[in-house]
Amino acid sequence: MKYVIIGNSAAAIGTIQGIRQIDKTGQIVVISDEKYHTYSRPLISYWLKGDVTEENMRYRDEDFYEKNDVDTLFETRVTKINSDKKTVTIKNGNEISYDKLMVATGSKPFVPPMEGLDKVKNKFTFMKLDDAKAVKETAAEGSKVLIVGAGLIGLKAAEALEHYGADITVIDLADRILPSILDEEASAIMQKHIESKGVKFILGTSVKEFSESSALLTNGETVQFDMVILAVGVRPNTELIAEAGGKVNRGIVTDQKQAVHGLKDIYAAGDCTESLDITTGQQKILALLPNAFLQGEAAGQNMAGKETYYLNAMPMNAIGFFGLHIITAGSYEGEAYTETDGAENYKKLVTADNELKGFILMGDVKRAGIYTYMIKWHMPIDECDFELLKTKPQLMAFSREYRNEKLAGGYGNGD
Amino acid sequence: MKRVYVNEDRCLGCHLCEYYCAFANSGETDMAKTFKLNRNPVPRITVESAGDVNFAVQCRQCAAHPCVKACITGALSFNSGVIQIDDSRCVGCYTCVMSCPYGCIVIDEKNNGKTITKCELCTRNAIGEPACVSGCINQAIVFEERGEN
Repeated sequence: MKYVIIGNSAAAIGTIQGIRQIDKTGQIVVISDEKYHTYSRPLISYWLKGDVTEENMRYRDEDFYEKNDVDTLFETRVTKINSDKKTVTIKNGNEISYDKLMVATGSKPFVPPMEGLDKVKNKFTFMKLDDAKAVKETAAEGSKVLIVGAGLIGLKAAEALEHYGADITVIDLADRILPSILDEEASAIMQKHIESKGVKFILGTSVKEFSESSALLTNGETVQFDMVILAVGVRPNTELIAEAGGKVNRGIVTDQKQAVHGLKDIYAAGDCTESLDITTGQQKILALLPNAFLQGEAAGQNMAGKETYYLNAMPMNAIGFFGLHIITAGSYEGEAYTETDGAENYKKLVTADNELKGFILMGDVKRAGIYTYMIKWHMPIDECDFELLKTKPQLMAFSREYRNEKLAGGYGNGD
Repeated sequence: MKRVYVNEDRCLGCHLCEYYCAFANSGETDMAKTFKLNRNPVPRITVESAGDVNFAVQCRQCAAHPCVKACITGALSFNSGVIQIDDSRCVGCYTCVMSCPYGCIVIDEKNNGKTITKCELCTRNAIGEPACVSGCINQAIVFEERGEN
């Protein structure tokens, strides 16, 4: 059996691990357009900041490919999937055959058309290690940086650059920061926190026109810069599957065994796909590393012949900015309980249909996984002490039988 | 695999297991000094108490190890039945904190939350066998095989 994997990040590694749990001998080939050993993409901002070395960015041990008997083809771009012949075409025209194919192509930065952008010499996206290296070469003490996009990527870039003593302005069309994961109150607390570190925000605006070293905004302001980081958003890399005739909405559509709709022996996982969000019942792009790995692992097992379903996809984020941490999960439609201490601790729990549907924790995020688990497994709220859970995540809120099963291996408590 | 199990009926909520755990993993040699001189040792076991109910919670070394699978850096790994943290690779993102169904991942206050720590069954400290078990005065904590997967 020959497995070919397009991609080399979390979903691809999950696929390798999933395959090898079942099939120790089949040939695995990984094709990546980057030149690096698999590395943790979220760490590029930590690298830029100087918190991790390039070596410590490795997502798996140095001998991971060797230990798992994986052939690697780096700096190689796949241009076409020939699903009838069961080959993929690479940049130099050669074809590589497969029995089972995994498309783990991730996403690419979305750069909307912006007037005058071509005049800007020092413009960067912030997705790959090479992007971070390019930024590092240009950034200097006191550099004026304009970051377009106040989402997860833009703010992580800001955090890294603040370390260089850069003078940072972040703009966004939305009227608040991190709108994809936070509510209004939490956005406001985080914005205030980041502003206290010297970063300037101009929200509810976008760039009307770029000049070589300044941007005229739609609100009339002008921002001078030495460099621009474009972090407006990302788009899944779905072209290979679309061209091959597989089903693509905003992301590649798969079934819950990660097989691509409309194609045979082709699977997809990670940021290039859509998943069924169990908290809303809707298809959604869940570009989250844990999701990518788990989808890959399920796909790998299916590719190797063991029927496995990935049924727990849901939004969840754990991230910190300038020392203030947040953990969020699920969705926020329902009845909300909120609590704040007036400083930087904020908590929101959202319930509906006798279940916890989502939560936001900011500041004190201890033991948040207990809440995540409740959402994932649709635990009925009336079977636990939810008032107690509102104070903090704790197993005390569940029944003795539950604890017995989880903590005592189901053994009776009397001896 | 042997695991640490807590007998809720025998737990007095005395928190001694937390002290023994913190000391065992502190690298210090004098227990009294470790606490009195506020060297901020961090326990990897947490006692929950409410009224008459007390029990201690620490890593279940889950076979499914959702924390390991979620870890964005690969700092967490599963080796011979023990989930281990390589804190030189941990960046303190807390994705594992978000993933642990039992709330067993501990934010390491000793270095201001820059990394996490967790129970490793004392496999990598000088004690070598779970200190919480030997330290429990009422045998509420045991280290044994219970046929779990």
